[in-house]
Amino acid sequence: MPTNVQNSHRPTERPDPDALLARVQAAAAREQRAKLKIFFGFAPGVGKTYRMLQVARELAQDGVQVLVGTVETHGRQETAALLQGLEVLPRRVLMAGNVVLEEFDLDAALLRRPRVLLLDELAHSNVPGMRHAKRWQDVLDLLEAGIDVYTTLNVQHVESLNDVVAQITHVQVRETVPDSILERADDIELVDISADALLQRLQDGKVYVPEAAVRATQHFFQRGNLLALRELALRRTAERVDADVLEQRADQGVNAPWPTSERILVCVGPSPASARLVRTARRLAAGLHAKWFAAYVESPLRPLTEAQTQRVDAHLRLVEALGGTVVRLVGAQPSAALLAYARTNNVTRIVIGKPTHSRLRDFLRGSLLDEVVRGSGEIDLHVMAADSGSVAEAPPQAPRAPLKLGAFGTALAVVAAGTSLAWLGRAALALPDIVMIYLLGIIVVAVRTGIGPSLLAAAASVAAYDFFFVPPFFTFAVSDARHVLTFCTMFVVGVSMSTLMVRIRRQEQDARAREARTSSLFALSRDLSSARDVSNVAAILCDHVARGFAGDVQVASGGDGHLQPLAQTGAWPPDSTDEGLLQWVAAHGREAGLGTATLPGSRALCLPLPEHAEGRTVLAIVPQSGEPLDGQALASLQAYVRQGALALERARLATAVNAAELRAKTEEMRSSLLSAVSHDLRTPLAAITGAATTLRADERTLNPIQRADLVEAICEESERLERLVVNLLDMTRLESGQLRVKREWVPLEELVGSALNRLELRLGAREVSVQIPAGLPLLHVDALLFEQALLNLLENAVKYTPADSPIEIHAAQVPAGVEVAVVDHGPGLPDELAGRVFEKFVRGSHVGVSGAGLGLAICKGILDAHGGTIAILPTPNGGATFQLTLPPTRGPAATSEEGTTQ
Amino acid sequence: MTATDPLSPLVLVVEDEPQMRRFIRTFLGAHGYRVLEASTASEALLLATSHNPALVLMDLGLPDGDGISLTRSIREWSKTPIVVISARGREDDKVDALDAGADDYLTKPFGVNELLARMRVALRHASTAPVEQELDLGGLRIDFARREVTRDGQPVHLPPIEYKLLTLLARHAGKVLTHRQILKEVWGHGAQEQAHYVRVHMAELRKKVERNPARPEWLVTEPGVGYRLRDRSVGG
Repeated sequence: MPTNVQNSHRPTERPDPDALLARVQAAAAREQRAKLKIFFGFAPGVGKTYRMLQVARELAQDGVQVLVGTVETHGRQETAALLQGLEVLPRRVLMAGNVVLEEFDLDAALLRRPRVLLLDELAHSNVPGMRHAKRWQDVLDLLEAGIDVYTTLNVQHVESLNDVVAQITHVQVRETVPDSILERADDIELVDISADALLQRLQDGKVYVPEAAVRATQHFFQRGNLLALRELALRRTAERVDADVLEQRADQGVNAPWPTSERILVCVGPSPASARLVRTARRLAAGLHAKWFAAYVESPLRPLTEAQTQRVDAHLRLVEALGGTVVRLVGAQPSAALLAYARTNNVTRIVIGKPTHSRLRDFLRGSLLDEVVRGSGEIDLHVMAADSGSVAEAPPQAPRAPLKLGAFGTALAVVAAGTSLAWLGRAALALPDIVMIYLLGIIVVAVRTGIGPSLLAAAASVAAYDFFFVPPFFTFAVSDARHVLTFCTMFVVGVSMSTLMVRIRRQEQDARAREARTSSLFALSRDLSSARDVSNVAAILCDHVARGFAGDVQVASGGDGHLQPLAQTGAWPPDSTDEGLLQWVAAHGREAGLGTATLPGSRALCLPLPEHAEGRTVLAIVPQSGEPLDGQALASLQAYVRQGALALERARLATAVNAAELRAKTEEMRSSLLSAVSHDLRTPLAAITGAATTLRADERTLNPIQRADLVEAICEESERLERLVVNLLDMTRLESGQLRVKREWVPLEELVGSALNRLELRLGAREVSVQIPAGLPLLHVDALLFEQALLNLLENAVKYTPADSPIEIHAAQVPAGVEVAVVDHGPGLPDELAGRVFEKFVRGSHVGVSGAGLGLAICKGILDAHGGTIAILPTPNGGATFQLTLPPTRGPAATSEEGTTQ
Repeated sequence: MTATDPLSPLVLVVEDEPQMRRFIRTFLGAHGYRVLEASTASEALLLATSHNPALVLMDLGLPDGDGISLTRSIREWSKTPIVVISARGREDDKVDALDAGADDYLTKPFGVNELLARMRVALRHASTAPVEQELDLGGLRIDFARREVTRDGQPVHLPPIEYKLLTLLARHAGKVLTHRQILKEVWGHGAQEQAHYVRVHMAELRKKVERNPARPEWLVTEPGVGYRLRDRSVGG
């Protein structure tokens, strides 16, 4: 059914190109996707199965692979004969206690993947324990898997016609199929015979009637019923044909008379009659091609009982099943909330139920219907009759605060105190003043306690007032009729006050609950906004859902049927059935599990997050209570999941961008590295190869001194090569971000000593002075890396300064942390290198100095990784000073001498 | 070249690189060792059990399983000294191997003198020589019996914990000790978070023992691994 036609249509001669394109694409998608064909009839026995098998046989003869999922022949010879030669899928056998149950095997069918699958009786309810509760859900799975499905359906099973059929036949049909399935159908074939012919067939015994249902069926198969049902079926099919024709006309740009875009709002409440209202609205909407909404107004003044909440939830689920949009409104005045919503959303018609309660209640509480009628203005109103069979609704019981005896005691104490006060001051007080004292007492009790104690206080006040202060004293007799009025006033004030207080308190509780929900959602979004990556987001979502809904939670993600848990709460119970549930939700993108229509027997409720490139993410929750979530909690959970989905998407994008940037940077670095080091690698290799080959070829002609010289050259060049390789590796590790800084508490002396030790040979006799103040705190650094940085600086000094010039190392504690300086007294930094020394492959152009120009770049990388800085300054009197600064750190645990007693 | 004296020490070389094996084989042969070669961990374990070598020289990066678990397996039944060879930048592996029972390590690339020194130290500590009463490291003398330390003839006064630290290193002179081993021996527990105890006391010890604490002669740091008391008499 072209549900979006009216939206895309414009009243012009030429069809809107965008809309046309959308239709072409939709048509192409329909060609691609699996087809659903429904054989539609008005009653059992009209020959739907027979017709379906006929069509299937024709297909099979044409070479199409047809598989029979289930077909009920009901013992009819002709039908059974048609089954001959068609392949029938074995049924799955389930044991339920001692009873053997057979059911259509969905998994086997999905594995077999036939071109066309026959599945009789679309409205069938599966036996408990199967994947879905209803067969039509199986059909959706099959279609999604690309398998064409042929199925049969009777008109009384159509959800939106369900109550109409019930009115006609007085038989309540429990197995229904949502209208969306009929709309999804690519082809609906009406299988029709006249009512008389059907009755004839019934008499001939051609229609199988199960013994148990004989009476009901006899009722059902009355001629009048059949005629009405037939009309219903024909009309439903005609509607469908009508829609097809309209679509066709729109395709061809025919300027057809078009209903203005109607929007229908149906008001749903806890009354069982609401289901009928919903169906009516659905039919009205279908007839008008209108979008429809169902609103439920939650009133903080009148909280619903458990049973009422469940009924409202059921009605709203029905709305969703029928393709409507659910709107939950909140307002103390339902009519105002409804009308406000209707106006902001351009609703043209409101569907509302007739009141079933007494006029008195309207008088007391105001009538929703009256208020809507008065306020509706230009909006049309459809007032529907309530179901004649609807149960009389018990008035909603306000949740009583637990009765506390203490509160009654308080009430009496307050009255007693008031009485004493009045008694003591009776000489000075007039009677009205005493009444005021009692009223004050009643108000105090009402504010502090509930209705019961307030009533008691009111009654006790009246009694005490009468007894002590109203003449004749110390009797309950009243001499003057005026006092009766005072009594009544006191009592009424007491009752009204306490009622008001209770109401205010309830509102406050409600507001608090709402506030808690809002603030928890806010907390979630705040935490999510700080999350960096996908697993972080998943962990936060998990944590918040677990806390907000009291359950164990898992978030998993993946494609191709392999789900990887991204995050889960500590107690997430591993269970193979949960796995299956998660897989199903990931594959189909619909809610499933506890409290839903799919796999309702699961312990977990599983919700999908929107699809992304790497597959789908799902969230599963196992409530600690083991009970399904109620409608409000579910809506709230959905809000959580939506927030989480947005954050996940953001994190994924960020990760992708980062990865791309890193790749580009790595690539750039690699190429510059290659070009720069190829020369530096080849030079020592050439020297080694030269020396070694000389030794091999001219062993005899070389004198011992020459040979020693060559061997020395090989050793030196090898060392140089090694240093280069080490530097390259360090640089690569630093730049690729793979470097892990393993911080430890180290005295600077040790690092300096170790670096000098490693450089012993190259330092030779050079003077190195080390000045480290005694009180210098331990450094919190990666010992290996920091020593490497010192080593590079020392090496640098050795390389670029004359062999006899001294090197100094000193350190100091400064407000900015710890400063370490390596000072040389060489020629200092050439001007052309200023500002570039810490870049890669930048080096001084000294004769006889080798190196790739990586040492200082590595130093900078190491300091960066420690959150420190490196700077180069001129040494007074010539030379260069490299100054390292490490940020201040809090010291480690004291190095006490525990356990050292000897 | 191939000294096949049946009394010369037998060294099991576990190394998967043929070129490295060739170099070590030639070199050890020239220095009077008998050499047994294995290229995988399983082969090495087989040869170690059947030949009972005097020393195992093992590369940590083996194709089948890691050298650390091989070290553990050998340690289950043998006290044969094990010297591990590993690349630079894999300090954690070295520490793990040492804590698992290896005696010393070498960082690739290494010089032959370094290799010989390590092997000598390992073999010496393995031999059941009587505990020395005195250790002379060329200027630094430790008299274990009298609990006296002198440097260049001058007595050095050490608090108990530093004396304990020094004697621990002295008893393993020439051999590397990891932070954890030192913590366990001196402090009695091996909590890694307290590794800075060792560093701080080592710095104090150096100030008292070394001629120039900034460029220590005896108490050398093995970066990322631990400490070693340098014993020039074995060339380390």
